[in-house]
Amino acid sequence: MKHNNFGYLLGEGFRAVFKHGFMSFAAICITVACLVIINSFSLICYNLNLTVDDVQKEMRIVVCIDENYTEAESKSVGSDINLLDNVENARFISREEALENFIGDSDASLFDGLNAQSMRDQFEITLVDNAKVEETKAELEKVVGVADVYADIEVGNALATIRTVLYIASIAIAAVLLVVSLIIISNTIRLAMMDRREEIAIMKMVGATNSFIRFPFFVEGFILGVFGAVLSFFIEWGLYEVIRKAILNTGLEVMKIVPFTEMLIPMAVICAVAGLFIGIFGSLMSIRRFLKV
Amino acid sequence: MIDLINVTKTYETGTHALNGIDMHIDDGEFVFLVGQSGSGKSTIIKLLTAELKPTSGSILVNGYKLESIRRSSVPYMRRTLGVIFQDFRLIENKTVYENVAFAMRVIGASNKEIKKRVPYVLELVGLENKGRRLPNELSGGEQQRVAIARALINNPTMIIADEPTGNLDPARSFEIMLLLEKINALGTTVMVVTHEKGLVDRFTKRVVAIDEGRVISDGMDGYYNYEA
Repeated sequence: MKHNNFGYLLGEGFRAVFKHGFMSFAAICITVACLVIINSFSLICYNLNLTVDDVQKEMRIVVCIDENYTEAESKSVGSDINLLDNVENARFISREEALENFIGDSDASLFDGLNAQSMRDQFEITLVDNAKVEETKAELEKVVGVADVYADIEVGNALATIRTVLYIASIAIAAVLLVVSLIIISNTIRLAMMDRREEIAIMKMVGATNSFIRFPFFVEGFILGVFGAVLSFFIEWGLYEVIRKAILNTGLEVMKIVPFTEMLIPMAVICAVAGLFIGIFGSLMSIRRFLKV
Repeated sequence: MIDLINVTKTYETGTHALNGIDMHIDDGEFVFLVGQSGSGKSTIIKLLTAELKPTSGSILVNGYKLESIRRSSVPYMRRTLGVIFQDFRLIENKTVYENVAFAMRVIGASNKEIKKRVPYVLELVGLENKGRRLPNELSGGEQQRVAIARALINNPTMIIADEPTGNLDPARSFEIMLLLEKINALGTTVMVVTHEKGLVDRFTKRVVAIDEGRVISDGMDGYYNYEA
């Protein structure tokens, strides 16, 4: 394609969008619908991910030292604990502090019979990788002097499972919706090509190269993709903020929900890439068989 | 220049359309290709425009070997030809000017070249005042002139006209043939595929007759001496 043609072919692509107005409108609507659903899942995943991260950051393993150990001996066990790969930090909790923690905000008179010697020295351990809590717990149990190890493995595992399932579901749904969008855009362009097949045959007969014929359809797909991407981005923004505020107003913030403005760039990138992919690839898919003249 | 050497074409259905055609057309010639329906005329045109490949034999068109031409070279080969069809094949929503200019756009001509060349060719075919008309506002003869203008616009070495007068009355048909003769006189090779005996006999040109996929006569002083 020579540069002389660029403006002309660009114009042809733009004209085609408006010439097949209804089909273009339908293609954009479907693209928007698919992208909004894809984006919604992405946002749910993102927020859930943050929530899981927060929960996991707060996850602690509590190691109780043998009650026969003196405080000095207990502290020396900490050195062995710190040697474990997945241990980020091991904070020593004396029997006195353990008692205070145990009583907490409760009425102290309820615990009159309880003294520090009833408690055991402890270590509160934070992990490098919370996903390996189970293995780390097993390693801690083998350390000499350790009597008991408490870890909320079930909660951690459940959250990790939810996150994995949601990731897989999101990817599967996104893939299905992308294919649906591709087929619809492809059919829209195919209809445009059916409408112009005589023109394409003439173009071929007078010596048009495939790239010359393809370019306006490429432009048409690009424009449909861009419209779909931009509209879906703003619709998603609006919907997300409405839902976020509604959830905040109820006071039942079951999970962390960040403002959309914190995700503007990634969401814009997702919309742009998905929209352009759907538009351009959809148009190229439909062109091939029309060029075999 | 066209050279067909022992060309055969058998379709996937098993139909033998051409059974060893030999034909040579020199630059600057005017040739009528005549024959009954189903004789193989359309297949020859499709082979010459590289819509089809021969089953065997060799085809040379303006320096391109069509039996082995690469797909990417086909558009460039087609630019050396101007093809005219019985049904004109104009783009209905483009004006006469745009229909003709369109063929120049395809080869990447600049707007300046288009503005210079299109009026010249429209004048050559006698449509200098009809540039802004749409095809459906023209008579059949005028539409065929537009098709001829489009075929001529890129200065092809050869014009192939497939039944160019099939949809026209005798007077308009004669005008179109005169126009093709004028184009031939300017140096362009012309091949007209037709079965109109009266028209062929009015022009003393070379006539190649084919039947059942074979050349059955090739006369330089052209009469349609073949029973269609």
